[in-house]
Amino acid sequence: MTRIDDEAQGRTAALADEGAREVVDVAIIGGGPAGLAAALYASRARRRTVLWEGGMLGGQVATTERIENYPGYPDSVHGVDLVLAMHRQAEQFGTETRYERVTRIEHRAPLFVLHTEQGHAVEAKSVVVTAGAEANKLGVPGEAELVGRGVSYCATCDAAFFTGQQVAVVGGGDAALDEALFTARFASKVTVIHRRDTLRASRILQERAFATPNIEFLWDSVVETVYGESGVEWLTVRDVRSGATRELPVAGLFIFIGQTPNTGLLEGLVPLDRGGHAEVNLWMETPVPGLFVAGDVRAEAARQLVSAAGDGATAAIRADHYLSANFD
Amino acid sequence: MAHPTDTSDSTFEQDVLKDDLPVLVDFWAPWCGPCRMVAPVVEELSDDYDGRVKFMKLNTDENPQVAGKYGIRSIPTLLIFKGGEPVGQIVGFRPKSDLSKRLDEVLA
Repeated sequence: MTRIDDEAQGRTAALADEGAREVVDVAIIGGGPAGLAAALYASRARRRTVLWEGGMLGGQVATTERIENYPGYPDSVHGVDLVLAMHRQAEQFGTETRYERVTRIEHRAPLFVLHTEQGHAVEAKSVVVTAGAEANKLGVPGEAELVGRGVSYCATCDAAFFTGQQVAVVGGGDAALDEALFTARFASKVTVIHRRDTLRASRILQERAFATPNIEFLWDSVVETVYGESGVEWLTVRDVRSGATRELPVAGLFIFIGQTPNTGLLEGLVPLDRGGHAEVNLWMETPVPGLFVAGDVRAEAARQLVSAAGDGATAAIRADHYLSANFD
Repeated sequence: MAHPTDTSDSTFEQDVLKDDLPVLVDFWAPWCGPCRMVAPVVEELSDDYDGRVKFMKLNTDENPQVAGKYGIRSIPTLLIFKGGEPVGQIVGFRPKSDLSKRLDEVLA
């Protein structure tokens, strides 16, 4: 029933000029590790903190099966467990979570007004945008039609459906190899399709992948079309050097070719780099006073769980200073 | 308080196909992270639509026949049945508002 109460509160805020108006100290947009860490620090600093999540709490982390590079977990940790623990920790200090998509940030100095998909408007003294990034699509024929029927962006969710079958993984970074290694536990053969002849992935993952007998590599190759009736049946793959095309029979196609930052909200508000990432200083400050950007949405980010969480903490500490200097 | 209840390969016909109400089936497995994120949302929906839609969940590890029959190759998947036929499919995590919209369409 709490959800209905949230909605009622939102509506009250929308009617701000009728009296009962709601002003949040720190508004956090996005419930991944950056947002959850920011929420923890802001609410623990006794700031009225609200976190908006329009999709799935945890974002990319929630789809990661085994995280072995987050300090403090020598035996690795499941992404969902870590996300739920981070969320519980932030809520313990008073963070409130609203499951709505924020569609627009309006700057009415010194305040910000957040507009949501459900038509709510909430005022905030400071905003931390931690909207993360979304998996890139190949954009080839057949891909969209066969999502959920063999085309997947989450091997840890779907690999088990391909037990004893042949699958392909597209990409050459950490995510691609991580998921190829996971998929290889189930599939009879995993073909990693990469458009170059070297991998960007970290050395440890490369070593593991090369040592796995049922992982093969198709270098200098790109997927052109995905074919299948009720599920993926085969791909056409083009060699980018020779131009030759071949057919690859697979039941599954797992795609990990990078991500695009969710900075649509920031367009026109703050400078974005060519990749669409927001430019911030080392305090996660944008040129707009009170507006912070942290995690995968910012430029020059390491794009790791631990650095995203660090960014979130930095932004929240700075937001707290900003509130002290301008509002307290 | 309504709660999604378990269905299985052997009880699916009785639980889902022969029920007079529309039935939403949550296909999940213990190893699937996003499935664990979907579960509380489905739980809330089962409250909101109590008496109008029946909510069930099916463990795809333990019940491969039903999952195979409906071509489930990605979880979480939510399938909505009406009169024994699947009339809606939602693949992957979706926020509650999206799911309500789909259920309202089926009920309309």
